[in-house]
Amino acid sequence: MPSVMLRNREDGKLLFYVAKKDLEETVESLEFDSPDKWGGEVILGDGSKYYFEPMDTPPDIPITLRAKRLESAD
Amino acid sequence: MPALSKEETEALIQEVLEVYPEKAKKDRAKHLAINDQELEKSNKCITSNRKSLPGVMTIRGCAYAGSKGVVWGPIKDMIHISHGPVGCGQYSRAGRRNYYVGTTGVNTFGDMNFTSDFQEKDIVFGGDKKLAKLIDEIEVLFPMNKGISIQSECPIGLIGDDIEAVAKQKNKEHEKPVVPVRCEGFRGVSQSLGHHIANDAIRDWVLENRDGDDSFETTEYDVAVIGDYNIGGDAWASRTLLEEMGLRVVAQWSGDGTIAEIEKTPKVKLNLIHCYRSMNYIARHMEEKYSIPWIEYNFFGPTKIAESLRRIADHFDDKIKAGAEKVIQRYKAEYDAVIAKYRPRLEGKRVMLYIGGLRPRHVIGAYEDLGMEVVGTGYEFGHNDDYDRTIKEMGNATLLYDDVTGYEFEEFVKKVQPDLIGSGIKEKYIFQKMGVPFRQMHSWDYSGPYHGYDGFAIFARDMDMTINNPCWKSVKAPWKQDDADEAPMAASA
Ligand code: SF4
Repeated sequence: MPSVMLRNREDGKLLFYVAKKDLEETVESLEFDSPDKWGGEVILGDGSKYYFEPMDTPPDIPITLRAKRLESAD
Repeated sequence: MPALSKEETEALIQEVLEVYPEKAKKDRAKHLAINDQELEKSNKCITSNRKSLPGVMTIRGCAYAGSKGVVWGPIKDMIHISHGPVGCGQYSRAGRRNYYVGTTGVNTFGDMNFTSDFQEKDIVFGGDKKLAKLIDEIEVLFPMNKGISIQSECPIGLIGDDIEAVAKQKNKEHEKPVVPVRCEGFRGVSQSLGHHIANDAIRDWVLENRDGDDSFETTEYDVAVIGDYNIGGDAWASRTLLEEMGLRVVAQWSGDGTIAEIEKTPKVKLNLIHCYRSMNYIARHMEEKYSIPWIEYNFFGPTKIAESLRRIADHFDDKIKAGAEKVIQRYKAEYDAVIAKYRPRLEGKRVMLYIGGLRPRHVIGAYEDLGMEVVGTGYEFGHNDDYDRTIKEMGNATLLYDDVTGYEFEEFVKKVQPDLIGSGIKEKYIFQKMGVPFRQMHSWDYSGPYHGYDGFAIFARDMDMTINNPCWKSVKAPWKQDDADEAPMAASA
């Protein structure tokens, strides 16, 4: 379960950063992204997949969250 | 010599790898690459931040070097104890040329060496008592210090001393920050982890000191310069530009910086990151905790400076935006003159770089402003995110080499035949003896500053006097020289 730091890039895209792995990728899709539900499966720019435990409200970004790794990019 | 094509570069890499045993060859192959601007992500072509191969000559440093030498060392009003045997601190003392103002030994301590000078008995019985005594001595001898950091050398982690306990106790006693830093040299694969550990120590032991204290008057235009170590005065040359455009520089991390500046940084409006590699961690942390946005900028060469000033100004109102334009205008005549003078003498010269931190990509623009071309670059301790940021700066089919070995670097130079190499002291004499002009690009070869418009003029002069130095003609014995070597040089200056 890596700690992931989420931040907004200047162009508005969400960046997904894992310090330990030097992984800095854009978030291409997020399963739930509405005012009453946020999280679920994320797909990154390099194709890898992670999972955030869904939350009732969207978090204040920037924030560090735990994510589960589902599928790595090859 | 004309630029190498993609195939030729590929062949060159293969040829260089040929001498390695099978396993080493496989490993090193991952660290050598041909730049391809099409790529979005560097991990498709190059591997970095891995352990160096035993048996090859690497140019890397240790975590202690990253913490004491780079991040903490320049904080001038603190005393940084090199905790452990004497050598680590003494042999690296004042080597980075972080300039500062102050009276050394009274209120600033930048180029002094403080060490606990471990002896056998300290290793056997532990050094915590000695450390406590040392801190008390410091308080008596140098009462004007504003804090102490304990920079662990290898043995501290090996013998399991509890420096945190000593730090906490002395912090209470002396009512000054005492910061234990667990930057033992054996941690990680290079100095890079030392930067990270140092950032984390600042986060845990210093940054929160003024939370909830609003006595510091802030303005809308407060910024902090992060990751500028004031080598040869770099931070000063950068700071003036920011101030001229109307910003207020509250803190310099950490060249010519003080601990008070560091404590005030959580109150700024924007963090400006120069050396991304060594201080992005703290910037990310401040963004999360204090909602301070950060941007990377580049103050090498007029093209990049103008770009950066405008990008910084975009985060502020029209007054600052106008200020940025004014600064660019104000220096235009100056830097145009520099280019007019040196470009004819440097046009078309080819450069190979091998440095650390930010420079393998940041200085490319400055060389291009002078009409030069960077044909190879590499990081001692870069990570993937550094190479991501490098791909777009470099031309296609140029060489990228990560943690290059002494042998590889020499072979590359023999084949590519650059007109200039920019690297460190350990490489300097090898290449000079090979007859290749060389600049030390860590310490600016005892020159500098190279940042900002003022720095660019010095940069251009230094490159010219190195490349066009008549001594290079004398490297070859007169009877071996043919007339073709006497190519006339562009006249000026
Ligand atoms: S590796 Fe250890 S012993 Fe060597 S300089 Fe670094 S801290 Fe000192």
